[in-house]
This record gives sequence, structure tokens and C-alpha cells, in this order.
Amino acid sequence: MPFETIRSNGRAQVALGFLFGVIFGFLLQKGGLTDYGVIVGQLQLTDFTVVRVMLTAILVGMIGIHIMRSAGLVRLHIKPGSIGSTVIGGLIFGAGFAILGYCPGTAAAAFGSGAIDALVGMVGIIIGAGMFARLYPVLNRSVLKWGPLPEGTIPELIGIRPIIVIAAVAVLIVAVLRWLSF
Amino acid sequence: MDSWSPYVVGAGIGVLSWIAFLLSDRPLGASTAFAKSAGMIESAINRENADQMSYYQKIKPKIDWQWMIVFGMIIGSLLSSFLSGRLAVLIVPPIFAEAFGADALFRFAIALIGGILIGLGARWADGCTSGHGISGTLQLSLVSWIAVVCFFVSGIAVAALIFGLGIK
Repeated sequence: MPFETIRSNGRAQVALGFLFGVIFGFLLQKGGLTDYGVIVGQLQLTDFTVVRVMLTAILVGMIGIHIMRSAGLVRLHIKPGSIGSTVIGGLIFGAGFAILGYCPGTAAAAFGSGAIDALVGMVGIIIGAGMFARLYPVLNRSVLKWGPLPEGTIPELIGIRPIIVIAAVAVLIVAVLRWLSF
Repeated sequence: MDSWSPYVVGAGIGVLSWIAFLLSDRPLGASTAFAKSAGMIESAINRENADQMSYYQKIKPKIDWQWMIVFGMIIGSLLSSFLSGRLAVLIVPPIFAEAFGADALFRFAIALIGGILIGLGARWADGCTSGHGISGTLQLSLVSWIAVVCFFVSGIAVAALIFGLGIK
């Protein structure tokens, strides 16, 4: 893999993490995603800013990552999951998302723009993550293992070439974005 | 320009994900950093106990790439809001105040409860709206697409429930 020198340089990675975070936070604030009303508006289906940002990021990211992958520049990082982990965890997360009105990244960015309630939310997220760490040995022997999901990308799992899935997802995203703008 | 089009912001995040894969060989994510913070606190209280916890052997509690992402997000948003003259202390968001009143302590209690569920759920599902919702989905990971559907199905249902109970 190229860029091995920088990828294995711990100090450079800490600096890059900071730089990527700064850009990410800057973009979220510019996009209005640091606003409680925008996040809650999305969950109430009255404001589609969050979906617009996410779908555009997925579209652009998907095309670039897969081109770079086929050029041998990057590798994918697919997380394993299960019904007990992904679905139950996802449902717990969604409830918290609606109650707090920010997600982990947007809470950090909202705090940066002055939202003190987002800082309280961040404290809560740390407590929740700490609770999970305490429960992890028990959960990992039980619920997290329930109903393992097939591991891999959608094209790998259905056994077709990635380009076909990428094209289909791209068309779908553009169609949804166009529909949302009417 | 105070605010940018969601398409420009989304495309920017997409390009940022390319650079993160290229230079750091990692997908962007936010929630891991919170687990690292929890581990650092746990370690400050009782080092031996924290060292023995299996989760912190998996997610090392230290200031690294992952942790700096979230720290950087605070600074990036501070910079952006300052440059556009929107940096302002906010205690109770107007939409929340309209539905549930402007009591700061009540908002903080709700925010804390919501945060705890997010922290628990994000680690339970092994990712959040960034790690699964953007980085996982753009890799076309099946697990991440399932996760993001669960985030929004649950978020939409709970938002309907709590704002349905609000005095509107």
C-alpha cells in the first residue's frame, strides 16, 4: 500500500486526526448541522438538511473510495455486526439521538459553536460509553452475538461487480435528492 | 458566507473521507473517541482496574487519531461559527424551549439522558452516524446500512413520541 510512511507515523496521525476533525467540524457548522432544530427537524421529517448532507457525502465518498480501491490506493474497513449488536444498538442510539438532538459528531461541533446543552450531551455520551465498557464482558457473551449478519460489502454479498451496485446506489441517491428538492 | 449548501457540505465530507482513507487508512468516525475518554477517566480513577477491562484492551484509552477527530471537530466548528459571527453561548435551544420550556436544568437533564443512550447505543452498535452512517455506508457495508436505518427509524419514532407529548 502507498502512503505507508505517513500511515505508520504516530505523530503525523495525531496531527492528521486533528486536521480532519477541524475540517469535519467546520463543514458541519457551515451546513447548519450544529443546530438542534435542524437535527430534530430531520427526525420530525420537516427539515431534510441532515439527509441531504449525508446522502451527498455517501455519493461522493462512495465513488472516490471505490475508484481509489480499484487503483490499489486504499483498502476498505468493513465492521462486523449482528442483529443483537447492530439492530439493538442502533435502536438505542436512535432514541438517544432524538432525546439529545445531536449525534456524537454534531454534539462536539455544536459545543464548539457555543451550545452548552451539547457539552452536557457529550458528558452523557462518555458516561454511556463507559457503561458499555463495564457491561461489555457480559454483553459480548450474549446479546452482541445474537443473529450474526453477513460480513462484507453489498456487492460481495450478492456476488455482483461493485460498479453495478455503485451505479445503482448513485442513481438512487440522486433520485432521492431531486425528489427532496421539489 | 454564513451557511453553505448541504450539497457542498456533503461533498466536502465525502472528499474528506477519501483523504482519511488515503493518508490514515481509516474511516472517519466520532463515537470511538468518547469511549477513549471514558477509558481515560476510568484509568485516572483506578489504573489497574481499567487495564483489566477487556473493552479498553480493544479500544485503547489514549489521545490518538480517533480522539483528535472529535477534539478537532470542536475547534473546527468554533472557528467556523466565529468567522461567520455566529459563535454564541446557547443553553436551551429555541425549538426545545418552545415545546418543553426554557428551564436550563431540565434541558441539561434531558441532554444527559439522551447522551447516555447515544454513548451506550453507539458502542453497542459499534458505530454512530459518522462511522456507520457515512463511512460505513459509503463503503457499501451491509451492516452499516442496517445500522443507519435503525438509527433513523428509532430516532423518528422517539422524536414523534417526545414532541407529541410536548405542549404545542
